[in-house]
Amino acid sequence: MRLVILDNYDLASEWAAKYICNRIIQFRPGQDRYFTLGLPTGSTPLGCYKKLIEYHKNGDLSFKYVKTFNMDEYVGLPRNHPESYHSYMWNNFFKHIDIDPNNAHILDGNATDLQAECDAFEKKIKEAGGIDLFVGGIGPDGHIAFNEPGSSLVSRTRLKTLAMDTILANAKYFDGDLSKVPTMALTVGVGTVMDAREVMILITGAHKAFALYKAIEEGVNHMWTVSAFQQHPRTIFVCDEDATLELRVKTVKYFKAILPLLLILFSLKDLELRNLGLHSLPFSFLTIYVLNSFCLC
Amino acid sequence: MRGGQVAARAPVIQFTNCRILRGGALLREDLWVRGGRILDPEKLFFEERRVADEQRDCGGCILAPGFIDVQINGGFGVDFSQASEDVGSGVALVARRILSHGVTSFCPTLVTSPLEVYHKVLPQIPVKSGGPHGAGVLGVHLEGPFISREKRGAHPEAHLRSFEADAFQDVLATYGGLDNVRIVTLAPELGHSHEVIRELTALGICVSLGHSVADLGTAEEAVQSGATFITHLFNAMLPFHHRDPGIVGLLTSDRLPAGRRIFYGMIADGIHTNPAALRIAHRAHPKGLVLVTDAVPALGLGNGRHTLGQQEVEVEGLTAYVAGCLVSFPPLAPRTCPLCSRGTNTLSGSIAPMDACVRHFLQATGCSVESALEAASLHPAQLLGLEKCKGTLDFGADADFVVLDDSLHVRATYISGELVWQAEEARP
Repeated sequence: MRLVILDNYDLASEWAAKYICNRIIQFRPGQDRYFTLGLPTGSTPLGCYKKLIEYHKNGDLSFKYVKTFNMDEYVGLPRNHPESYHSYMWNNFFKHIDIDPNNAHILDGNATDLQAECDAFEKKIKEAGGIDLFVGGIGPDGHIAFNEPGSSLVSRTRLKTLAMDTILANAKYFDGDLSKVPTMALTVGVGTVMDAREVMILITGAHKAFALYKAIEEGVNHMWTVSAFQQHPRTIFVCDEDATLELRVKTVKYFKAILPLLLILFSLKDLELRNLGLHSLPFSFLTIYVLNSFCLC
Repeated sequence: MRGGQVAARAPVIQFTNCRILRGGALLREDLWVRGGRILDPEKLFFEERRVADEQRDCGGCILAPGFIDVQINGGFGVDFSQASEDVGSGVALVARRILSHGVTSFCPTLVTSPLEVYHKVLPQIPVKSGGPHGAGVLGVHLEGPFISREKRGAHPEAHLRSFEADAFQDVLATYGGLDNVRIVTLAPELGHSHEVIRELTALGICVSLGHSVADLGTAEEAVQSGATFITHLFNAMLPFHHRDPGIVGLLTSDRLPAGRRIFYGMIADGIHTNPAALRIAHRAHPKGLVLVTDAVPALGLGNGRHTLGQQEVEVEGLTAYVAGCLVSFPPLAPRTCPLCSRGTNTLSGSIAPMDACVRHFLQATGCSVESALEAASLHPAQLLGLEKCKGTLDFGADADFVVLDDSLHVRATYISGELVWQAEEARP
């Protein structure tokens, strides 16, 4: 894995957004060649979404040839409820960009046959050619998407009952009233995310520090489902300083030492992509070189 | 259903780069319109999987619900209280000209008039939807003749009436019928007023208290019988007194029926109401304030003499007075003419356009832009029970809205999603 540690939430969000942006641009999506992106919800990726919208509004990034697949959605919550993940994605992302509505896929938590809905979702991912980059977060209980502790590490998209930790964490979105929080959700499986060609996990804040420790410094364990990604060929964990508080000093020092290489990528984006020209050889050569060497893990 | 299918095929227009008034706040959101109604873009995205057919950049302007004027006696030389053969043309002219003031719906108002006028004029002012031809007519506002002699203001004394024993029949006989009538202003201290108020309310007509010397108790009983509006608060009623607040006291009365809100019209032209009085009313009951122009035929015509029903009116700057003598005084100064006993100090309607009233109201009260805009749109819609489709930019409402710059000057007016007026500079 790669562990990228930035000083604070804003810098971590910006780094992640630039990475996604560069990945899409480098892929050169077009009519016959869509970039498939897996997307998360929650408070952690908000900064990243804001930055992506900014890059779109600046004219640097288009989502015209991007297909998105969201990780999860509550069951039984009306689609237009302000706390549904459909509302979240519309308000925080889709309404600000130029994605084709037919290419924005989110599980339907009000489908009559929930398992059929999940199976159809898996099929859509397959038909899209698999996910190029799956962006996710981590719960305080170490879950990826809604794969709560005890979920099979080879699971597929299915219905899950939420753990108490998750319900408590989500209560803040429902006026602190536990009875209003949905107890079930449809979620991509650990196996589904593991199938992605590349995975990026965003982890910020001290309250996620213990989960990060369990996920990367202990063994692969279905009680901390993010730990499954220790066995993925291309995973990046993007964190702020606070999220590393429970890690060993040795771990943090090692990954910080190789950070400068990653920061070359960071500053390349700042050098006005348009001025250099998207197809200019020096830029793309350097990016590919850096990305490839960076991603071999 | 056929209508739904036709609407679904209509083009989707997305107004971008704007701030819209929604839920009492100015939000940085786009306004989506289809088939003359405000559209829910999230629903369009997830259910129909469609994007906008056309995007229009609003240059950072404010988009507010179209203004609704529930008291306007005429304008541009047209007097709604004149019995002519072609009242319709006059109404149409005013309807078209007030589009530039941001008004998208209005209630043509008739002042106290002889029976013949009501019988001739009322049938010629039907309820009508707005469009490129002009603002929509919501129904007629009948201000009088069942009002107080003492507080008649500019209304002609000769044509005042009181209710006879069979009060409601008297009302019907006077007006010649209540089709096309939306609001009736009357004085509740008149005998038999309660049965009239109840009958009118039962017919869905809004009853307003005004031109009256009623005390608070009488006014409260009138509200309990069904009255929901006060005609131009402070004007043509007893002044507030701390032991009997009169009609003004309704703003803070605790004897109103549960769940009922009293609305009150305010002429915020800078002349009819002292800014301090405007602020007192606004602070006491902000959610009931309805901005009205009470505009007279002189609106938009400039200084000089014009008619208002059976009266003559003198216009000077932004002030209109019952014509008496021609000695001129500075505006707002007490006007007591030394030459005639019937002085020129009786205000006679106003000539401030609605958008000027909104600006003056904002400046005088120091209230938020949202409050000022709601006073001219949402509150009159709520008064008339139309808040689901008018006075709001909620999904499903009629797409009647006005484009304003930061100083609340009208840049463009839209009715049912169609551009019906545009400021000169904005035209291509």
